[in-house]
Amino acid sequence: MAISAERRDDFPILRRRVHGAPLVYLDSAASAQKPERVLDAVDGFYRQHYANVHRGAHTLSAEATDAYEAARTRVARFINAPDERSVVFVRNATEGINLVAHAWGRRAIGPGDEIVVTVAEHHANLVPWHLLAAERGAVIRGVPLGGDQRVDLDALKGAMSPRTKLVTTFHVSNVLGVLNPIAEIARIAHEAGALLLVDGAQAVPHLPVDVQALGADMYAFSGHKVGAPSGIGALWVREELLATWPPFMGGGEMIRTVALDRSTYADIPMRFEAGTPAIAEAVGLHAALDYLDEVGLQDIWDHDRALARYAIERLRGVDGVTLYGPEGDDRGGIVTFNLDGVHPHDVASALDVRGVAIRAGHHCAQPLMGALGVRSTARASFWIHTTTDEIDLLADALGEVRTFFAGVA
Amino acid sequence: MGFLEQVYRDAVLEHARSPRNRGALDPYTVRQEGINPSCGDELVLYVRLDDGLVADARFDGHGCAISQASASMMTQAIKGLSVDEAEALIVHFKAMIHGKGVDPSLGDLQVLEGISKLHARVKCATLAWVALDAALDAAAAGTAEAPQVDVDAVDAPTPG
Repeated sequence: MAISAERRDDFPILRRRVHGAPLVYLDSAASAQKPERVLDAVDGFYRQHYANVHRGAHTLSAEATDAYEAARTRVARFINAPDERSVVFVRNATEGINLVAHAWGRRAIGPGDEIVVTVAEHHANLVPWHLLAAERGAVIRGVPLGGDQRVDLDALKGAMSPRTKLVTTFHVSNVLGVLNPIAEIARIAHEAGALLLVDGAQAVPHLPVDVQALGADMYAFSGHKVGAPSGIGALWVREELLATWPPFMGGGEMIRTVALDRSTYADIPMRFEAGTPAIAEAVGLHAALDYLDEVGLQDIWDHDRALARYAIERLRGVDGVTLYGPEGDDRGGIVTFNLDGVHPHDVASALDVRGVAIRAGHHCAQPLMGALGVRSTARASFWIHTTTDEIDLLADALGEVRTFFAGVA
Repeated sequence: MGFLEQVYRDAVLEHARSPRNRGALDPYTVRQEGINPSCGDELVLYVRLDDGLVADARFDGHGCAISQASASMMTQAIKGLSVDEAEALIVHFKAMIHGKGVDPSLGDLQVLEGISKLHARVKCATLAWVALDAALDAAAAGTAEAPQVDVDAVDAPTPG
């Protein structure tokens, strides 16, 4: 079933104008706009139920705790985690990955151990491993893209060794838009005795995610990309694994008992949530996930893919456009391109003055930029509220932008 | 004149198309790299000082029309200035780009004023100037190969 154009009305910000033109928001991959229901949920929570969680002996604290824990249960159901105990609230996917690197990596990874990544990872799934490798003397192995700009699975198999402890990769690429074959990657990782961590930041907003069916051991995503407030995200870890990990950060909420010189730690998942968490943000995440289920994840994925196909076809018709990413039906709503002779930042500014918001730069994926042979690119990304009219506007504007900047760069 | 044309004035586009003083300079007093981490753009600035004056300045690197035009115009503007005058020009240029007024000493550089209205691009315009500032500091310290400078770290707009 197609997504109704009336869904646009669910996003209040789309009523505003930028430089006098209606906002055309084509930067959902950087951060998603918020449905009204999320704004209402956060506002209502602060007005009616807000207090600190887990410790209070009063009504509001009990209500806030219930709401916070209901959000955790909602996340577990959304990604088909077997149990909400294995869902840790974090600030974002980045923090989730860092949590794995600290709580698991510092004990499990030793000198000479190997961590396998792909060349298309976001910096969030590279830098935490650089830090860990430097501390523990581990080795990072990078898997290249094949000629079709997909992760080369033969090269992945070739990268595995008895020292491989972890394979960590994206579910949907933030630059190429492509869906990684996670179930297959999980088999390859597990056959070599390694764990699989999946960066789901670009997948959870766009398609049904079932962490059990995927065969992942760990899965992280950000709330702000699913229409929730920034500052909340989730990390799911197979329970038997998570239960063995030491704390990531120390503080209140994560302890069982504290003496002056030692402490014992809470059970999972609280062991990993030191300090007052992002309570209202979790409530917003709950509302956002309800919203996505109401719209329908399969419909969103179909809508995104149809928009990507449409955008690729339209942009191919613009003189001087180079498109990146593979051909095929496993492409989500992310279209990355360059305009010959114009720097992506200049493209973005020329579009911005028409009210069109895109991303330009290296997209926190500098190794991938190198593999693609570019320094930076422009990127248009789509979501529930994106229309083909907006893509037409983008394509038409790009022709004019090229004329305006002719001869520059 | 449309908003885009106010930012990308003809003179700006002309400098971006045909940058002046592009390429390495040899010999130089200081070689200074500047980087804009948000986009990965890099610039290498070469400055030769002679008797307290900027005898020559050239630049190399990759960047958008704004960063290239700004670097091109800067290298033209500073040649023949004393180090003190060049430092004063840096202060005036940054003030203009941060929307805090236009000092007449900026001369032709005033065509870049429109960038102050495009907040996302301010650092593109200031990259070359941040590099110049660092290069002059390095020269004062007697350093020829200056450590890379990061526009994010040093060009945070001042409040007010």
